[in-house]
Order: sequence, then structure tokens, then C-alpha cells
Amino acid sequence: MKRATIKTEHKIILDWISKDASVLDLGCGDGELLALLINERQVHAQGIELSDTAIHRCVAQGLSVFQQDIDTGLSEYADNSFDYVILNQTLQQVKKPDFALKEALRVGKKVIVGFPNFVQASARFQIFFEGRVPVTKALPYEWYDTPNLHFLGIADFKNYCKKRSIHIADSAFIRKNRKIKLFPNLFAEIGLFLLSS
Amino acid sequence: MEAIRLATINQTLQDSKTKHFTFANPPEELPLESGEKLGPITLAYETYGELNAQKSNTILLLHGLSGDAHAGGANGWWESLIGPGKGLDTDKYFVICSNIIGGCRGSTGPSSINPKTCKPYGIDFPLISIGDMVNAQARLIDHLGIEKLLSVIGGSMGGMQVLQWMVSYPERIRSAIPIATTLRHTPQQIAFNEVGRQAIMADPDWKKGHYYGSTVPAKGLAVARMIGHITYMSDVSMAEKFGRRFKEDKEPFKFGAEFEVEGYLHYRGDNFVKRFDANSYLYITKAIDYFNLLNGKNLASIFSGLKAKVLVIFFKSDWLYPSYQSQEIVKACKLAGVDTTYCEINSTYGHDAFLLEAEQQSQLIKHFLNTASNGHNGVKQ
Repeated sequence: MKRATIKTEHKIILDWISKDASVLDLGCGDGELLALLINERQVHAQGIELSDTAIHRCVAQGLSVFQQDIDTGLSEYADNSFDYVILNQTLQQVKKPDFALKEALRVGKKVIVGFPNFVQASARFQIFFEGRVPVTKALPYEWYDTPNLHFLGIADFKNYCKKRSIHIADSAFIRKNRKIKLFPNLFAEIGLFLLSS
Repeated sequence: MEAIRLATINQTLQDSKTKHFTFANPPEELPLESGEKLGPITLAYETYGELNAQKSNTILLLHGLSGDAHAGGANGWWESLIGPGKGLDTDKYFVICSNIIGGCRGSTGPSSINPKTCKPYGIDFPLISIGDMVNAQARLIDHLGIEKLLSVIGGSMGGMQVLQWMVSYPERIRSAIPIATTLRHTPQQIAFNEVGRQAIMADPDWKKGHYYGSTVPAKGLAVARMIGHITYMSDVSMAEKFGRRFKEDKEPFKFGAEFEVEGYLHYRGDNFVKRFDANSYLYITKAIDYFNLLNGKNLASIFSGLKAKVLVIFFKSDWLYPSYQSQEIVKACKLAGVDTTYCEINSTYGHDAFLLEAEQQSQLIKHFLNTASNGHNGVKQ
């Protein structure tokens, strides 16, 4: 794994995580981010993932993973068991995002959330001018075959945090694999948040 | 006759390089969990691969209820997973497969000669537990001069032995792979075993366990095995294997075996009688039924302090040891802060999948052992 190939979203998450930290990645996929965190930050990593093929790829990389549904909860973990809990590209796919986030904030001292911005400009364009549910680079799925169950934007998430008194310690926004600052709710394809309760 | 039959079994096993270790000679008998003592004890085992100079590449493999020390090589019960380049790569690892006390496959059990009477023990043999089996295996590992095992691996009852190793000798293992198993037997599992035991004891040839030297309780043991086999398969695997097809050679009797599934169960039962001792079946199933790592303890405490890495494997069609039981093992590991991986393998074979699903199991085990033997938690550049 060369540094040059690191995705911007992973680079941002890497910058937020301290060396030797303990990390729980909820919906870790094939373990790309966890492997990066172990190599670059020497973290103590644990992943949770449901997919058979993804789990096998994780084990092949030497990662410790549980094949489990995040929706069934993290009840076995005590409060603040991990320095960081990561929900990257996961929150919009779980059945109960509110519950998942609450649990993540309980077992993690800090929580990192990353999700596709559903109200980004080209999505708005497709809805408004084409009258169709958007299919974009960040939202590549057709309506009949999508793992995404919930549709939220950057502003929605900020409102949610305010309502639930969740402290946003840091945030970052990505468009075309680059960080952007201006009008993230309109332009960002991906939003990343560093949260603490 | 029986003595000759058992001698033949032992000879066959010796031919396939089964070795024997005898220890616990009186007055140094092995204390058992029941409070009784057993000795001398012979344990049958096989080894594959070479022990390295640092003695750091040993894997202890443990078998299920009806298995034996012959795991690798031709007709070994895990033949597809043991060998050069396979899941248990014999170019890298030194694999020991240990038989169990109470069995009849070369180790001391109820069919062995009781030194006090010079006759087979029969049901005078003391009750044994999974803990006792593991204590005997620890003695074998001592004898082979191995301080610490790279891994201890086993499915079903072998998985129970793995879990017992994690509790009894946590400092002697670097990793553990319990497969298709449970922390404790449930009423349903005990019930199936009890029907098997009752079938044996209802056979008039059983004679309260003292049948050695005369006709063995073949009918009873065959029925016990038939019940066992039903629980090892799944609805889907039976439908695929037999459907409702009829046997080609129907018996000229109203209630003879007509369906293929019936013929198969008869065949399995009859075959089992040729290689297994009915009293051993009683003793081993009792040991399994009594297995309960929780035993009043809370889940968080059973693995506390365990430093080993753990890989728990479950097969999706295994209804005899359902997923919640594997998840309970994972939960106990999580609560104890043990570095754990949990995988559910897609299979239609039911409980028997741990013997049959070589490909995915092999890959998972190979990668996990690689990580465990490199001694780091995570990824290498």
C-alpha cells in the first residue's frame, strides 16, 4: 500500500487518529481503512462487517473482525471501550442510525462519521431538472439496488448533532477526492465528522 | 473376539503412523475432575510436519466425538486441510492430533485392560470430562518437550477441548480456533445424546457394559450413530443427497429400508460398529453433556487474562450448534478483551460442515495462523 493511493477521506481520518489508539470500525468492508490505520498509526484495531467476502478479505490481511450485524448493537462493550469508533459509509446503511450512533458514542471516546451527501449539487440537478432519483459518483446506486436506507445531507447531520447535543470536534468535506471548504452542503460529495458526546 | 477386534483397530492405526504415549503409572495416576484417579494412561497421537528449532510452530488439533488421531494423510478426517500448502501447512507447522481418554481408538478407555482386574474396565471405567481429556493432552505436550502451542484447533467436541485449553492452560497457547462448538451443552443437545445412550443400554447384548469377549451391542450402537448422523446433517443437505429416492435393492420386508436416506443411515450405523466401542460412546457423550465452561461463572470472567488470539468459526446450516452459541463464545472473548475474529461460513452441510467445507475453512485458518505466527496484531507492509 503506497501513500499516494490513499483516498482523501482515509487521509483525513488518519489525521484525526492518534498513534497506538484503540479503534472499532463498524462496517469495515474489506478492511482497507483498518489496515491503513494499523500501518500508519499502529492502532489496536477491531472491525465489524456483515459481508462474507469482505470478512474473508479482512482475515487475509490479518485483521481481527467480527461477522456481525451492527444493528444488533454493541451491548457487550463497556462505555468508552475504544478511543475511536468509526462509522465510515455505514450510517446511511444501518436500519437504525440513531441507535447505532448512540451506541458508538457510548463505547467510543470519539466517533468518526463519514457519509455521502445526498443533497449535493449534481443530485439536486438530477432531481430538479431530470425529475429522477439521483445516481452520481458518490451515490452510484439505482433505487432498486442500493444498500443505502437513509438519505441525509451535511446540514441534516449538523442539525441532528445539535438536537442530540453531540459535540462536533472537527469536520471535513470532500469533492472529487479533494478537500473543500465552501458551501459543503451544496458541493461536498462526502462529509466527515469527528464527534464526542 | 472383541479383544482381537480392538487389537486389529490399534494395529491399523499403528500402520498409519499413530504413536502412543503412556504416562500416569501408579502411584502417579492422573487425578480426574470426578475425584477419581486414572492410570496408567495411553494416549494415541499422530504428527505431521517438523518441529522447528525454536519449538514455536506446534499446532494441537483435536477431534470430534467419533474421530481419532488419524487426521492427516490418506483417509484422515481432516485430510483436505493438512499437508504442504494446505490450511495447516506442514511445510511450516508441526501438527499434533491427539486422541482422547475414554475413547477406543488407541487411547485408554473402557475397552482397555484395567490393571487391577486384568480385564477390560467396562463401566468400571471412571467418568471423564473434557477437562480431563485436555489435562491428558497437556501431559503429551510436556512429553514432546513443547512449552507453548502456536495454536489449538478443533471442531464440535474438539472445539470444546479448544475452549477448555483457553481456560485451563491460557499461558500455553498463542492462538485458538474453536469451530462449530459451544461453551456448554444445551438440553436439546443432551437430549439427542441421551437417546443414543438409551439405544445402547437397551440392547440386550450391552449386558451392563460387560460385553467384552462376547457379542457387542451392535444394534444399539448403530441406532445411536444413526441419531447422531441426523443431527450432523441439514434439511437441505439431506434433500440434496437423498431426495425421496428409493433404494435399488429393496428388502423383501414391509419395514425394511426403502428410502435412500434409510439405507444411508443403516450403512453409517453398521460401519460405525466396526470401529467404535459402545461403552466409549456412553462415556464420551456424557463428557460432552457435562461440558459447561460457565458453570455459575459470569461470561466476562471465563476468558479473562487470556492473551491468545482467537478465531471462532460457525457454519450457517449448523442447527445442532446454532449461531447464538458461537456468538456467545465471541461475546465472552469480547468481554475479556481477547483479540478475536468471528466468521460465519456459508454451507448447507449442517454440523458436519467442519469436516467437509475445506476451501473457505482452509483459507481462513491459513491466514489466521499466519498472523498468529508472525506475532503481530494486524497488517504488514
